[in-house]
Amino acid sequence: MRDVAIVGIGATQFGELWNNSFRSLGIEAGSRAIEDANLSGDEIDALYIGNMSAGRFISQQHIDALIADYSGMATNHIPATRVEAGGASGGVAFREAVIAVASGLHDTVMVGGAEKMTDLDDASINSVMDATADAEWEAGMGLTLTSLYAIIARRMMFEGTVTREGIASVAVNSHFHGALNPGAQFRKAIPIETVLKSGPVAEPLGVFDCAPITDGAAAVILCPLEDAKKYTDKYVKVSATSQASDTLALFQRPDITTFEATRVAAKKAYEMAGITPKDINVAEIHDDYTVSGIMALQDLGFYKKGEAGNAFLNGETHFDAGKVAINTSGGLKARGYPVGASGVAQIVEITEQLRGTAEKRQVKNAKYGLAQSVGGTGSAVTVSILEAI
Amino acid sequence: MASVAKEWREIPGRYNLEGTKCDCCGKVYFPERNFCPKCRRDSIGKMKTVKLCREGEVFSYSIIHDAPAANNSQKPYAVAFVKTKDDVLIAGQLVDVDLEKIEIGMPVRAVLRKLDADGAAGVIHYGFKFVPNV
Ligand SMILES: [Zn+2]
Repeated sequence: MRDVAIVGIGATQFGELWNNSFRSLGIEAGSRAIEDANLSGDEIDALYIGNMSAGRFISQQHIDALIADYSGMATNHIPATRVEAGGASGGVAFREAVIAVASGLHDTVMVGGAEKMTDLDDASINSVMDATADAEWEAGMGLTLTSLYAIIARRMMFEGTVTREGIASVAVNSHFHGALNPGAQFRKAIPIETVLKSGPVAEPLGVFDCAPITDGAAAVILCPLEDAKKYTDKYVKVSATSQASDTLALFQRPDITTFEATRVAAKKAYEMAGITPKDINVAEIHDDYTVSGIMALQDLGFYKKGEAGNAFLNGETHFDAGKVAINTSGGLKARGYPVGASGVAQIVEITEQLRGTAEKRQVKNAKYGLAQSVGGTGSAVTVSILEAI
Repeated sequence: MASVAKEWREIPGRYNLEGTKCDCCGKVYFPERNFCPKCRRDSIGKMKTVKLCREGEVFSYSIIHDAPAANNSQKPYAVAFVKTKDDVLIAGQLVDVDLEKIEIGMPVRAVLRKLDADGAAGVIHYGFKFVPNV
């Protein structure tokens, strides 16, 4: 297997983008990545797209063909592949693209992620998200995706491994960083009271415990590490990318307060990169719900079970705290959560950090960065580790 | 809109709480499985249909305020993971209960109720819900 590098990145603004269509978002992100990598576009020999549910959000199936066409690559007849894995769609698309380059089958690959959510009404959007849980035995029984995370949160609080304040502080951390990211949907810091007093969605979780509905797209360009210098001197190395699965339904697991898929994927990723959790300087984690952030810090090995809540509460997760900086982009909560784009947008943020181009939210001397993307209630998880060169 | 076939296909699980027990290791699965993920090929042909115990206790729960269209008229409503007396975790709604009084460990039992309907003239879905077991 060959070592792989990221030579270009691009992302659109994240938000409720009433003036942008799915295709215009996808093309904007892709064009920025191509420009960033100093490519013409003709060099690209394969395309991967993370997209969760264009079929239901905009009634468009066959997203692979759409993006290949409107990015001008269909006339080169390169293979285009759409990847769906619920919330982990972008993370899995990235991993598939890395595998394609590492294997030697493709040389210069673009991986994009895009979601256009706001063309649909809020209740229908929530039903689409609920379908990433078990549609027959969870959603079909009246449970929502938010309620499943609420059930996790309630159980963790009952077992005494986190407090309500610890859970809420995950959103406070994401908004703190969102205020420093011009590309974020919410660019305003919030006090913990805002989260605690927000209207209930599925108790104990409220509106500010949940990532928003967002339109947006992101893209990165990969090539073999040994060729990266041909294009740019600001590339980063993909040191690891791993993926793990678990039961579709949360209730079928022996322990609902941990995502075994995160633990397994993380262990493999650290082994692949030859490092330990202590070596990570910055991480983008999948905070689709606040409680997911608590689980992520523990399952990724950054903190012991029972300690993640205090880490967020004490601000140890801030970009300038000198520990592992968490969600410097604003995370899913404040940067926004265009579902299929998120896993790729995380890679964009980590690349910015490792290049030293993250401006106001720059983590000093960042050497290793990690991205974790989650589908459903931890039924699919990817963990990727990037390394500064 | 779901077909009538989908409704009756789900009757054993949704009405009768039928799962499967692996005869090799004794583990009970709900919903039914064709083989045991632990015992794999050894369990093929040895998975027995069993009815879960309808009594259990609340393992964790949530009160839903932001409901999907099909359940909009019920909100706020409670949902729970329930651990049955035969030690199987299952998910469903918790009804006929004061929402303020729900707590982890509370004894409940499964009853058959209407889940939702596909519009006014559509298929009505039935299935288990939990009620306090007093
Ligand atoms: Zn077995």
